[in-house]
Amino acid sequence: MSDIFQSPRGIFIAALFIALICTLIWATIYGRRLARTEVTDLVFGNPMKAMGGYHWVVSGVATVLLLWLYFSWDAARAFFPNAANELCQVAKVESAVIPMRSAFPFEERLLRGTNLLNRDSTQLEILRKRAQSDVFDDAKKAELGALVERLTVLQTTLATPESLSPDTKAALDDIAARIDAATAKLDAAELSSDALAAVKEAQETQAGWGAASPEVPDAPVTERGAIFASIAPELTQIADDYVAVRNTSPAFLAEVESLESAIKALGKEDKPVDDFRKQLNKMLKRIDDGAVFPPGALDSVEQSLANLHSVQLAQKGSLNWIDSLAMPGGKILSGNTACSEQGSGRWLPKPSDTVATFLRLADPDIGFKNIPLLSIKQKPVAEMAGFVIPDWIADFVPGEYPRHQADGTIGENLKSKVLNIATGNFPSFSVPVPTGHVWDSIMRVITGLFLGILFGVPLGLLMGLSRLAKGFFDPLIELYRPVPPLAWAPLILTIFGIQDDGKIFLLFMVAFAIMVISARTGATGTQLSKIHAAHSLGASRWQILRNVILPNSLPEILTGIRISIGVCWGTLVAAEMLAGTTGVGFVENVARKQSDYEIIWITIIILGLLGLMFDLIMRWVIDKTIPWRGKG
Amino acid sequence: MSDLIAEHIDMTFTMPSGEQVHALKDVSFTLKEGELLSVLGPSGCGKTTLLNLIAGFLRPTGGRLELNGAEVDGPGVERGMVFQQGALFEWLTVAENVDFGLRMKKSPKAENQRKVEEWLDIVGLQGFGDTPTYQLSGGMQQRVALARCLINDPDVILMDEPLGALDALTREKMQSLVLKIWKETGKTIMIITHSVEEALLLGERLFVMAPRPGRLHKEYNLPFAEWGLTQDLRDVKKHDEFSRVREEILGMIWNMEEEIMGKTA
Repeated sequence: MSDIFQSPRGIFIAALFIALICTLIWATIYGRRLARTEVTDLVFGNPMKAMGGYHWVVSGVATVLLLWLYFSWDAARAFFPNAANELCQVAKVESAVIPMRSAFPFEERLLRGTNLLNRDSTQLEILRKRAQSDVFDDAKKAELGALVERLTVLQTTLATPESLSPDTKAALDDIAARIDAATAKLDAAELSSDALAAVKEAQETQAGWGAASPEVPDAPVTERGAIFASIAPELTQIADDYVAVRNTSPAFLAEVESLESAIKALGKEDKPVDDFRKQLNKMLKRIDDGAVFPPGALDSVEQSLANLHSVQLAQKGSLNWIDSLAMPGGKILSGNTACSEQGSGRWLPKPSDTVATFLRLADPDIGFKNIPLLSIKQKPVAEMAGFVIPDWIADFVPGEYPRHQADGTIGENLKSKVLNIATGNFPSFSVPVPTGHVWDSIMRVITGLFLGILFGVPLGLLMGLSRLAKGFFDPLIELYRPVPPLAWAPLILTIFGIQDDGKIFLLFMVAFAIMVISARTGATGTQLSKIHAAHSLGASRWQILRNVILPNSLPEILTGIRISIGVCWGTLVAAEMLAGTTGVGFVENVARKQSDYEIIWITIIILGLLGLMFDLIMRWVIDKTIPWRGKG
Repeated sequence: MSDLIAEHIDMTFTMPSGEQVHALKDVSFTLKEGELLSVLGPSGCGKTTLLNLIAGFLRPTGGRLELNGAEVDGPGVERGMVFQQGALFEWLTVAENVDFGLRMKKSPKAENQRKVEEWLDIVGLQGFGDTPTYQLSGGMQQRVALARCLINDPDVILMDEPLGALDALTREKMQSLVLKIWKETGKTIMIITHSVEEALLLGERLFVMAPRPGRLHKEYNLPFAEWGLTQDLRDVKKHDEFSRVREEILGMIWNMEEEIMGKTA
């Protein structure tokens, strides 16, 4: 425990964790006490009972944060900074012995030999029946049946103790002895001076857990870890040797060879016979593996492995508790080159890392893929003018565009000067403009939404008032609207391009349909008596539309805008994931390809907060503009 | 000259099912300038249809409607209307509701404001100009509706059960207000109502209509509106003559309703 509080971040996270636990306990006790004193209201289902209760909000927030800290193993890292490194060494031993352990009923239910016999017997039984099939003549039936019988005998030979060759037995005994030796080494817990020096060096030079890539550094930084690390290579070698041991006596090999030629002799001419030959061959290849041993032949290896495991557990000591309690939902695995976190430690990024990554991304000079998340950039006015003014304006200026002369200069004339302005090719001052992934996404939503409102609301009002317009446009809108926007995306992005145009058009389609329907509902819902009143007050058709029907439809229109924002936001992110080079969805898609869970979570949180912001703005707008809603 | 003349008005509705409903049959009357007319009748006798025809929301299928010597064709400012629920524009303030008609005419703002204040004064809503209409009580809303209609200076004021949704006390105050406005402005006013008492109080002339098809059944010339200008309305109601006419009309309408029930049963 002396290695607690290695880094300031660790101290902070540990303190935060404890503070959160205290907060949770305090808020819960406080809430319980309040609940006990507030028993004056005896009505179950009274909605007033759900009001207030901010201490429960505190409990809820504390619980979420605690769960995050706990399941992301951030708490484990703060309290036990070396645990991952030590568990990495243990994992090295575990992955070394897996080829051996998996042959025995430790984690499996059956001994591998039993399993193989079971499987092969079933297959042989099927072949035995198929050999008697009527596609073969009687002579073939007999020949094939005999071959199946020989395979069965060969398989049974493997399980007979008498057929175990002395060489194989010696090899197995050797394996057991070597495992025992490694076990003794682990049990003795002694390290060479070289190993101790390596530990010292790793302590000083190697980055801590999560401080660099790979996440869990490989070289042992504690003596306990070094002991595990020291026997891992030896165990890997033993496992390789064990896998190479086969139950193959000379007599067995001779029979395999004889069977092989007998099966080959069946020939390929006759299709059914050829098929059966292939099956027999497959069966022979399985049996000649020699992976089945007589009962008892592997007992010594099994015993040695069991001993190794119990010594391993004993040596792990407190690591057993840390592993199962502080690092829930997964474990440290050792791969070919490095150790890594698996389970929730992997896909749930640690809060402290997430904040650090966010701060890195938020720095406009770094951003993501050289584009900041959100920033202010100086942009020349000329560029914007060039974007807004269409280039073809210059075509209408009299004269011809100048051509370059022999000395390479180009004489400007009025036409080319107009073209320069239309393309934004003139000196101008710069103004600050927001930029970045987040801004791109927001602008796409706002532009698509704006266009949707601009075209959707008038059409919707018209459809609410005119039978012709309703009948004519209804089929069009009702046919494209039920299609999920993303189903349109591939087509739209192909037609309009994967950059802004395609996405804005897609969002326009989404917003347009919603706005048409809500404006139409609003217009249809206007009380006839209000229209009558306006008529007899002398209003013209246009004035009635502008002063009665439009304001009367405002609640529906604003609700439509609120729904549109939500749907557009969802569609946009999905569209950005499909294609493009900027936007929050793009960031998440790249992060997904790189399995960068921190950035994935950051984009999720950004998306959630922006969606919430949009909705809060709309709620505020609704409260301000239509306080009379539902009070007419 | 500004008389409202109805000649043999016929109105038949064709339902979506193809069924023909004869709402009004051969209705003829002349309403002279400055007259106060109330129309009474059992439900379904075509009172509201008649009002909608005069307002210009409907075109009669037969006969002719004339105001100021010109045929009625479509809604117009000269025929102001007050609706049962007020039909106020709840997104506008009281003042904006009242000067709605003036704004539609694009008359000068300063003059509008002066007129609005004048009319708010008359209907007893001084100082409520900036209040949103949805914050007003039912009676106050109806006062706004009155002012909104009157500010346009219409020749005829059509009222479609304007006081139907009010409580008894407010109703009586509003009845006095209608009488006061009638007297001070000298407008022609036509009121449709369900209440026999109200019809008696607010009608120099009173039409009782009969249903199926809707037609004028009987016409009365009554003194009570004149009395109401000088006396308390409750005193008017206590008068023997008032009670007698009331009972007579109630009996008439009762019989009509009975007849309808008998027909349908």
